[in-house]
Amino acid sequence: MNIIEIKDLVKIYDSAEIKVTAVDHIDLTFEKGEFSAVVGPSGSGKTTFLNLLGGLDRPTAGTVIIDGTDLWSLKPRQIIDFRLHNIGFVFQSYNLLPVLTALENVEFIMHLQGRPKAERTKRAVGLLQAVGLGDRLHSRPGKLSGGQQQRVAVARALASKPKFILADEPTANLDSHATENLLNIMEKLNREEQITFIFSTHDARVVKKARRVITLEDGKVLSDEKR
Amino acid sequence: MIISVSWRNIWRNKTRSLVVITAITLGIMAGVFSTAFMKGMMDKRIESAIHTELSHIQIHDSLYSKTNELKYYMQGTDALARRIDTLPHVTGVTRRIIVQSMISSAETGAGVKIMGIRPEDERKVTDIAEHITDGKYFEGIKRYPVVIGEKLAHKLNVRVRSKVVITLQDLNNNLTAGAFRVAGIYKTSNTVFDESNVFIRYEELAQLTGMPPGACHEIAIRVEDNRYTIPVRAGINPLLTGRERALTWTEISPEMSYVTQVMDMYMYIFIIIILLALLFGIINTMLMVILERHKEIGMLLAIGMSRMRIFLMIIVETVLLSLTGGVTGIILGTWLSKHFETHYIDLSMFGKGLEQLGYSSLVNTSIDPAMVINVTLMVIVTGIIAAIYPAWKAIHYDPAEALRIE
Repeated sequence: MNIIEIKDLVKIYDSAEIKVTAVDHIDLTFEKGEFSAVVGPSGSGKTTFLNLLGGLDRPTAGTVIIDGTDLWSLKPRQIIDFRLHNIGFVFQSYNLLPVLTALENVEFIMHLQGRPKAERTKRAVGLLQAVGLGDRLHSRPGKLSGGQQQRVAVARALASKPKFILADEPTANLDSHATENLLNIMEKLNREEQITFIFSTHDARVVKKARRVITLEDGKVLSDEKR
Repeated sequence: MIISVSWRNIWRNKTRSLVVITAITLGIMAGVFSTAFMKGMMDKRIESAIHTELSHIQIHDSLYSKTNELKYYMQGTDALARRIDTLPHVTGVTRRIIVQSMISSAETGAGVKIMGIRPEDERKVTDIAEHITDGKYFEGIKRYPVVIGEKLAHKLNVRVRSKVVITLQDLNNNLTAGAFRVAGIYKTSNTVFDESNVFIRYEELAQLTGMPPGACHEIAIRVEDNRYTIPVRAGINPLLTGRERALTWTEISPEMSYVTQVMDMYMYIFIIIILLALLFGIINTMLMVILERHKEIGMLLAIGMSRMRIFLMIIVETVLLSLTGGVTGIILGTWLSKHFETHYIDLSMFGKGLEQLGYSSLVNTSIDPAMVINVTLMVIVTGIIAAIYPAWKAIHYDPAEALRIE
């Protein structure tokens, strides 16, 4: 079952001096439960592609249909709300709120969704335990290692019960041990709970784990390999 | 949760927040104290004007009020004064004959207002007796005693027991004079009053002017508290049958009441100027805050926090920052003002100038609870205004661009 359908997606950055085609007529579909990596050299359009997919950047042309909703036909306010309920994000530099504890960071997104306190605490504790941070619930990001912060970010992304998770270079700032640990957790969540992950990466370890590898070059899909 | 996040955000950069909070605290504390000081000064001026010069209510023949002519006196005021004295909340009633005249010593003379009073009644209405600095209030001189102000005594170069001559025009327009001896010298906080008001006994002035028994130009009434002025005046009005008119102190001396209103306005303008200066400091701080958190705000937009919530979060953060300083400033300002409610601030180095204007050089502060509430509200409004531009900027961040920041 397709949860994402991308049709003829184009993104052109048109500044006064230069015109750059970052995403060039991409047609792709993603099914529920995929564990996919979008790879390619720097400037190949990976991050732009993920931004278009996540409703963070408006395409020049083309459509992104998520579970039957044409994302870019929505009004800006509706897109933000759509992201809140349908898309989870994991960023390269974790981007947790430094003033909140691990537990509060995970709860925060559920608070935005308007879920009751008891429900969000229960779910946040469960998710943090699932990513191996059951003993660091009340630690602030500053007291956690990079790998631990990224695991909190994964728990936060899962907390909103999204249709899929977009992870932009999630292992770029992690050492090999933390990378291995994080990938194992994400792979486990993918297998056991059918969570759909789409990564942008040029980390060979991530590529190795991925069951589908989409290679971009100059904004075009060079290859789409399923394993 | 938004309030909790906003509150914790304030303390992310403790030094910066403390600098802003300290600036707000000092500004508001100075504002609260200054307004309490000005109010205290005004209250004292009004209190002194009522207790020394005006009393709460005065009754005159309406033509006397317009012309100040001797012939417009009120007759048969004994019974009226007795009836007024029985009204609730009235603490004293005194009757006065008032004549514009000349007072002369062996050296020089001056134009003054002579008031013929009954000292026992006058004590219940005005506090001149308490301001005697030399001699006694109508004591020590058996015949024709006079009580004059210190400034006038200096001008005439007279002392207690010195002889002065009062020259005036009687009811028949004949010039008449009487020799008096200084029984007491008084000093109030208003040197202009001291220089121009002379007190002699009612009977002696009545005799000099040829006024009929029981006649007077002015009935002055003191009430328990200023809030009873209007009700007591309402009780007096039905007792007045002729041309007499009862006026409250604000009607007799409207400038006094205008000064109070103008001073109130000045107090608020003063606070607004302080808040305006603080406003730009807060805006600057909040612009730095959102610039530093550009990426974080982009992340919040990315994960689905609405622009309205981000706007609110920054507003709440700014209001909390302003309120922390504002409330601390209000508490410290109130504490300082409360302290000086019972301890004088001595302005005697400026005393001469102040006393010329009728103000005492010993000032107590007076804090107005309504003002404290208004200042608190003004701090909140300042916080909201200060937050609008930074918050507006923050919600216009592009999340994709913000997340690219290293």
